[in-house]
Amino acid sequence: MVGLVLVSHSAKIAEGLKDLTSEIAPKHNGIIEAGGMEDGSIGTDAIRISEAIRLANDGDGVVVLADLGSGLMSSETAIELLDDAGINVVLADAPLVEGTIAAAVSAMCGSDIEAVVKAAEDCRGVSKIQG
Amino acid sequence: MATRVYECLKAIGDKIIANKDFLTDLDREIGDADHGVNMARGFQAVIEKVPEDEADIGAALKKTGMTLLSTVGGASGPLYGTAYMEVAKIFAGKDTVNAEDFKLALEAAIAGIQKRGKAEKGEKTMLDALMPAHDAFSEQLASGADLVTALDAACVAANEGVEFTKTIAATKGRASYLGERSIGHQDPGATSATMTLEVIRDFLKG
Ligand SMILES: Nc1ncnc2c1ncn2[C@@H]1O[C@H](COP(=O)(O)OP(=O)(O)O)[C@@H](O)[C@H]1O
Ligand SMILES: [Mg+2]
Repeated sequence: MVGLVLVSHSAKIAEGLKDLTSEIAPKHNGIIEAGGMEDGSIGTDAIRISEAIRLANDGDGVVVLADLGSGLMSSETAIELLDDAGINVVLADAPLVEGTIAAAVSAMCGSDIEAVVKAAEDCRGVSKIQG
Repeated sequence: MATRVYECLKAIGDKIIANKDFLTDLDREIGDADHGVNMARGFQAVIEKVPEDEADIGAALKKTGMTLLSTVGGASGPLYGTAYMEVAKIFAGKDTVNAEDFKLALEAAIAGIQKRGKAEKGEKTMLDALMPAHDAFSEQLASGADLVTALDAACVAANEGVEFTKTIAATKGRASYLGERSIGHQDPGATSATMTLEVIRDFLKG
């Protein structure tokens, strides 16, 4: 199953999002959060993200979803650190909450990594309040 | 006994830690008031984690980069972390610094920061200190100057770069949210980059 890594500056956001996702996609056990810094402060940590990617990977690849600016930079760094690890890992260009839910559902249904990324990225233009 | 490279990293860390409030205040004007806090936390960890007896400059710088990646927290974490790791490749297996390698190191740092942050010159970032510093450094080398003389010129250019950041609007990073209102303030990352170069220069002067 395609794994997911949830990156946020805030550990609480990443944990909360993981809880929410587990409600919606209970059968997915490759969702790993990488929020905040090791000492609990706000920020992102490329090393922790790369460890989360290793954990999330069961061979089918990993999609990373990140929140703001430097979360993306740390995620890209983490992916580069794993250059030699042979893991198929993609950083999705998607809103964190909606993208994660869509990706988790897609992954749980057995989609391949391209389809999971697309499910997340399809959330970009979705209007929340249909008028 | 502590090696030269450790002493130099410690000197950079001491300088950044001593200027924690100053760097944070600069970031308060145009960002989110954490650059000094971020960098001080990162270099505190560098001072603790890089082995004092590491003689291989490349290994010490790689450890520095990895430590910054995991402790700085803000954008400057992946930016400086990547820069140090790219510079580490130039010094892999070496225990001395010469002018030619230093020039390659400046190039590697700039390339690493650009790979990560996709900024160009003139966007009010640390690149506005490092790119002119690199240009001045290479010009000096081309005319036969030695490492320390070239570094002196690089530091002058980096300081001019910091002054230049006061005159432009940020288009990358958090400061870009302010747009034109960021004019008039110097960039915190350009300031910390210049401090780093100055410490290295003073250190190599001995
Ligand atoms: N895309 C980028 N490219 C190069 N440097 C950048 C970029 N974004 C931000 N910076 C540098 O990072 C500094 C801010 O660092 P810091 O305050 O530690 O991180 P954050 O912006 O995440 O709070 C800026 O002053 C600028 O020099
Ligand atoms: Mg900041």
